[in-house]
Amino acid sequence: MLKIDGVTRRFGNVTALDDVSLQIEQGEFFALLGPSGCGKTTLLRIVAGFETPDSGRVTLDGEDLLSKAPNRRPISLMFQSYALFPHMTVAKNVAYGLERERLPRQEIKQRVGEVLETVGLSQHASRKPAQLSGGQRQRVALARSIVKRPRLLLLDEPLSALDKKVRADMQLELKRLQHEVGITFVVVTHDQEEAMSLADRIAVFDSGRVCQVDEPVALYERPRSPFVADFVGANNLFHGVASGLEALRSEKFGMLPGTPLTELEADSAALLAVRPENVELADENAARGLAGSVLDVSFYGGVSHISVDVPDHPKPVLAAVQGAASVQAGAKVKVRWNAKDAVIMAVDR
Amino acid sequence: MRRSKILYVPFWATYVFLYLPIVVLVVMSFNSGKSAYTYEGFSLKWYGELAADERVQTGVVNTLIVAAGSTAIATVLGTLLAVGLVRHTRSKALDALALMPAVLPDLVLAIGLLLFYGLIQMTLGLYSVMLSHALFSMAFVAAVVRTRLVGADSSLEEASRDLGAGPVSTFVRITLPQLTPGIVAGALLAFTLSLDEFVIAFFTIGNAEPTLPIVIYSMIRFGVTPKINALAAILLLVSFTAVIAGQRLTKIGESRAQD
Repeated sequence: MLKIDGVTRRFGNVTALDDVSLQIEQGEFFALLGPSGCGKTTLLRIVAGFETPDSGRVTLDGEDLLSKAPNRRPISLMFQSYALFPHMTVAKNVAYGLERERLPRQEIKQRVGEVLETVGLSQHASRKPAQLSGGQRQRVALARSIVKRPRLLLLDEPLSALDKKVRADMQLELKRLQHEVGITFVVVTHDQEEAMSLADRIAVFDSGRVCQVDEPVALYERPRSPFVADFVGANNLFHGVASGLEALRSEKFGMLPGTPLTELEADSAALLAVRPENVELADENAARGLAGSVLDVSFYGGVSHISVDVPDHPKPVLAAVQGAASVQAGAKVKVRWNAKDAVIMAVDR
Repeated sequence: MRRSKILYVPFWATYVFLYLPIVVLVVMSFNSGKSAYTYEGFSLKWYGELAADERVQTGVVNTLIVAAGSTAIATVLGTLLAVGLVRHTRSKALDALALMPAVLPDLVLAIGLLLFYGLIQMTLGLYSVMLSHALFSMAFVAAVVRTRLVGADSSLEEASRDLGAGPVSTFVRITLPQLTPGIVAGALLAFTLSLDEFVIAFFTIGNAEPTLPIVIYSMIRFGVTPKINALAAILLLVSFTAVIAGQRLTKIGESRAQD
């Protein structure tokens, strides 16, 4: 549906987007994920029409978008700041886009009423944005964007201004809405949990380039580059060289078990990544595993995180266990994992 | 912390220096005697004489015409200038040039304008004064509106475009309402500036009936009478009201913008 082809954008000598190509399908909930300054917002603004790329093409159902002014694109953008018009009531804000289409008054009134119903704000139609809470403002912004029935809705960090509890509610709300209205959603976020819980597919950005496009589970379980392994979720990373077997040869720890994701040339630089929930704590006399001592145990309710200091490893190894942990800080343990639970990937030099 | 009392002396001295002449002026305008320097008793007769003076009357009318006209021109052009400077250019030089008439010495501006009108062979009159006043007022309006525009959220304008509004519609429906307090404050400022402007008006009025400041100047040549005090007191009242109203409006706008 939306096709982004070789888009490059430079600001002075900073390259915000470097030859980015993406294809987003009809009805998809797509996330652009990356740290701040990685170019994801620039891409969103190019699609919306507020930035022009230096090169590349953007088409919507085969129709060129770049030659159209922002007000002529069948696309809505929900701004990070929501950008509600402070001098208009909620109803007027929502009606704004429809009034610009010069629709009959009766139809505008009806559609505004419907959409406010959908986002649960019918009671607040005559309030000004300043009189609403953060979550309510966010819903007004959403209502204002979807009431025009755009083909594509872009959301710039839609939940970043909300506190944690409201954010969890709005995540569900967003998914429900996307199902209900059937519009293609593209959301920009730096929060990997948000991206994972919302999106059907995620594109991970790093300094203007797309590192990997995948479904959340695949992204989490099979990161294809060190950046993705490090950025998406918590991970324990070990540097070494490929051994040609189901293991990484590490200078300090010998052979570490893991599954190579691609065919790796023996002795080429590689990285092993193992998720905390796949790390097992064993007795210090266990036959296999890396010896270390427990640094800290933090209890998060459902899970506990145990960080283990392994001599010669730069960062403590993180292990996650269900419920309360049975070990205490200072205990001598060994950390280990199975080859199928760790991935080995190539490191670009 | 102990505050030194000595520092209060220059503080109050400044206030006395600033406001004593004004207080004396207002008090003397109610003088029943003929002298502008010795107070003899309370009377409103100078205000009455003022109202009966035809030269003063035409002066007031002319001044109001010039002030209203120049304010209208300056407000429209100054606002557009501010929008252009903030939203459509990043040039610091253009910025400085646009605000220049506000700091340029009046005399320079007056001579320049007189030469320019001569060059294009325009007959001088009230409208040439109006244009001249609009010229420097515009810079003040632009400066006030500009500050507001810089503080305004530009994503509102983008949101408007995104929702299908063209540039003109966005300007009228979104940008202008955001700027209203600034525009009104700028207009009031322009009005007060034009009201008591002497130098430029004197140079560019030609043979037309003079504006009020010029009338006052010619009256003073025959000695200061309490009549002039009365006139000055009225001018003071009008200017003060406009300035305070302007400040109020800007403040209301600011507190609204912070919500």
